Amino acid sequence: MADAVRGFAIIAGAWVRSALSYRTSFAIGTGVQFVITFLDFAAIIIMFSHIDAFGGFSIAQIALLYAMSGFALGAADMLVGNSESLGRRIRDGSFDQMLVRPVPALAQVAADRFAIRRIGRIAQSGGVLIWAVWAAPIDWSVARVVVLVGAMACGSVIFCAVFVMGGAFQVFAGDAAEVSNAFTYGGNTLTQYPLTIYPNELVKGVTFIVPLAFVNWYPGLYVLGMDDPFGLPGWLRFASPVAALAFVAVAAAFWRTAVRHYRSTGS
Amino acid sequence: MSAIIEVDDLRRTFVVRRRRSRMRRERHEVHAVDGVSFDIGTGEAVGYIGPNGAGKSTTVKMLTGILVPTSGRLRVAGLDPSARRTELARHIGVVFGQRTGLWWDLPLRDSYELLGRIYRVPRRTYEANLERFVDLLDLGPLLDQPVRQLSLGQRMRGDIVAALLHDPRILYLDEPTIGLDVVSKAKLRQFLRELNGERGTTILLTTHDLVDIEQVCRRVMVIDHGRLVFDGGFDELHRLGDARRTVVVDLAAPADPLTVPGATVSRVDGSRQWLTLPAGATAAPVVAALGARDDLIDLSIQEPAIEDVITALYTR
Amino acid sequence: MGPTSTDRALGAAGLYSALAVRGFRRYATYRAATAAGAFTNSVFGVIIAYTYIALWEARPDLGGYGVAQALTFAWIGQALLAPVGMFGGFIIDDLTERVRSGAAAIDLHRPVSLLGLRLAEDLGRAAYHLLARGLPPTVVGAVLFDLAWPNRVGTWVVAMLAVWLAVVVGFGLRYLLGLLAYWIIDVQGPAWALVVLQLFFSGMMLPLVVFPDWLRLVADLLPFRCLVQIPVDVFLSEDTGTAVAPLIGVQLLWVGVLLGAGAALTRVAVRKVVVQGG
Repeated sequence: MADAVRGFAIIAGAWVRSALSYRTSFAIGTGVQFVITFLDFAAIIIMFSHIDAFGGFSIAQIALLYAMSGFALGAADMLVGNSESLGRRIRDGSFDQMLVRPVPALAQVAADRFAIRRIGRIAQSGGVLIWAVWAAPIDWSVARVVVLVGAMACGSVIFCAVFVMGGAFQVFAGDAAEVSNAFTYGGNTLTQYPLTIYPNELVKGVTFIVPLAFVNWYPGLYVLGMDDPFGLPGWLRFASPVAALAFVAVAAAFWRTAVRHYRSTGS
Repeated sequence: MSAIIEVDDLRRTFVVRRRRSRMRRERHEVHAVDGVSFDIGTGEAVGYIGPNGAGKSTTVKMLTGILVPTSGRLRVAGLDPSARRTELARHIGVVFGQRTGLWWDLPLRDSYELLGRIYRVPRRTYEANLERFVDLLDLGPLLDQPVRQLSLGQRMRGDIVAALLHDPRILYLDEPTIGLDVVSKAKLRQFLRELNGERGTTILLTTHDLVDIEQVCRRVMVIDHGRLVFDGGFDELHRLGDARRTVVVDLAAPADPLTVPGATVSRVDGSRQWLTLPAGATAAPVVAALGARDDLIDLSIQEPAIEDVITALYTR
Repeated sequence: MGPTSTDRALGAAGLYSALAVRGFRRYATYRAATAAGAFTNSVFGVIIAYTYIALWEARPDLGGYGVAQALTFAWIGQALLAPVGMFGGFIIDDLTERVRSGAAAIDLHRPVSLLGLRLAEDLGRAAYHLLARGLPPTVVGAVLFDLAWPNRVGTWVVAMLAVWLAVVVGFGLRYLLGLLAYWIIDVQGPAWALVVLQLFFSGMMLPLVVFPDWLRLVADLLPFRCLVQIPVDVFLSEDTGTAVAPLIGVQLLWVGVLLGAGAALTRVAVRKVVVQGG
């Protein structure tokens, strides 16, 4: 594990230094990320020019959900988003090159071509979060702060797991890589809105199968001091760390299986 | 001399699914490596040759930990490559002929810095190695160029330095001289000779080019259809294989078959004649004898193709 | 007697059809990738559908749409994503790659217009994407939700025309962007800017009918509405009573402007190549 973190830091660091040395390019790239990711919130703003509540939530409350989800996706995209390149690396032989180095494979796949410009999404979500926290009527307490920060961390871990599984999937179905977009960016879009607008099956799906609801919905309900509209047990609001850990274990197992499969078939 | 690489009945089977027709799919097994055994001692320089698809790359992939063997026992520097890949990685350097281990968009120097830190090379060792190898391989003026701007030969030299910065005990080279010009090939071969001689780095060189082997290695292993068909000295290979080098001679006018000591005429076609001599023998006296003739227009020397060597091995 | 104008026309028709077929075949090889794309489109379609249901339940008749119209918008939007090249790529990547490899100079010396060649190929690609990535999400949407389909055959026919005009507008935009590579080599920044503009002003983020007046005005002056909003409005024209002719007219106008600009810029590129020697 220490090997992985160290290797990741060294390789990613080189790419960050390289990106920062081209200041204008970095600024434009980050700016573009900021604008693109803001489009979703611009749509929400326009929606609220016609309504006062969406799914029973005010714009500030939705902004909180939006920001928590966006932050988590942004952080995960920056850290392990490059695992989506695994299929291409296998095809062009650079994955073999990685297997010959004394750093765990995932760390290398994630760190190579590390894109610091993805911080644009994180910054944009951060901005919306600050506004949401100011504008929404939140009854602050230490517990609520802990849950909010904890959820942002756990949410990032959950999305990281989704990215890693998407990468691992490419060992088996390289050309169908885009499927993972449905879960990463799709998952982000889905959780931007209160889950009250979705049918029960979908809510159960993002609670028990792909635990995206733990990125922002359940902890968000607690921070906003709202009851669960679906009447699910209250302890779910604090279950983000458990969900994240369980899901990461699944992702790690899937990744290991995928690498083992590659090393056994050499496709 | 202890064995740094121990290979015992190594096997690697692939399942290939091919579509026979729209409906049926055929499944058959390919035995890429079919029971290969050998030991390589510390400091040896070994050539590993065979026709395309013989199993060379597959063997090397198993030795480096990329591929897991189907069965058999494999120990490199005392470690099982597939189980302890990252640990073994510190002790080996790999140069893939077809693809680079360097970072495409970064300057060469940055790639080396990065590798130095990844492999935890002590600063002084790193700088000493870098200076020495860059000097030996003439990379000085190229250090600040992005790798994508280098020519094939320059990139190959860059890759070799990259593989050696951390003082690996074993260096694997997979087709390193493909696409290089004659001068670069010669320089590369000399470099490898010195590396093996002075630093005692164990070298396993996979190649199609027999001259690579002749110039660098003292031992040759020949693999064909997944099986080791020869493991011994270079001279022995040619003696056993009875492969021959060919000198193609262009004369001013058609002539009777030439008589040249050490060579036999195998073919005559107008003013061109083909003389053959044993592959292990030097062509110098033959060339000298031909050069003394005043009707000589041109001559060239062709080396035996690996396929011919292997065929010759089978028919002995 | 040399080749008549009819001969030339037939010859050109043959060339362009062959190119279209080639474009179709080229992208048809990416079967798994296309299936994955259709899956992703369907997932997004579902998410967006529920969002619109919630919005239209809160404000019925918003922008003149009912829920069924809004849902139809969502699903047709997803179906058109790939054919109109909403996320860039295709010709942009092709042109920048050819500039990078130096082959671009050859393109401009051919006796046939580069624009024409590339348009033909893109039409073939769009045909494949309409079938392979457009149809599946549409079917999913129609099965899962109640959509508002045209009743009259005439409307279907005009709607298909609007779809193809959308494809050409999309090509026009991407072609201009790809041509920029002849001057600025790395078009990543402008390409992303185009994607942002396309996403927002085509109606993909929210139907333009929902936009506040001033933003709607801006959107109406831009070509991006041709990509999704206009084709959907043609599909919905029966039920919402919108006159169709002006919509097609706007598309034709932008086709003219963009392809005209493309042709002009191509000529400038030719002169540049001739002067600089590639």
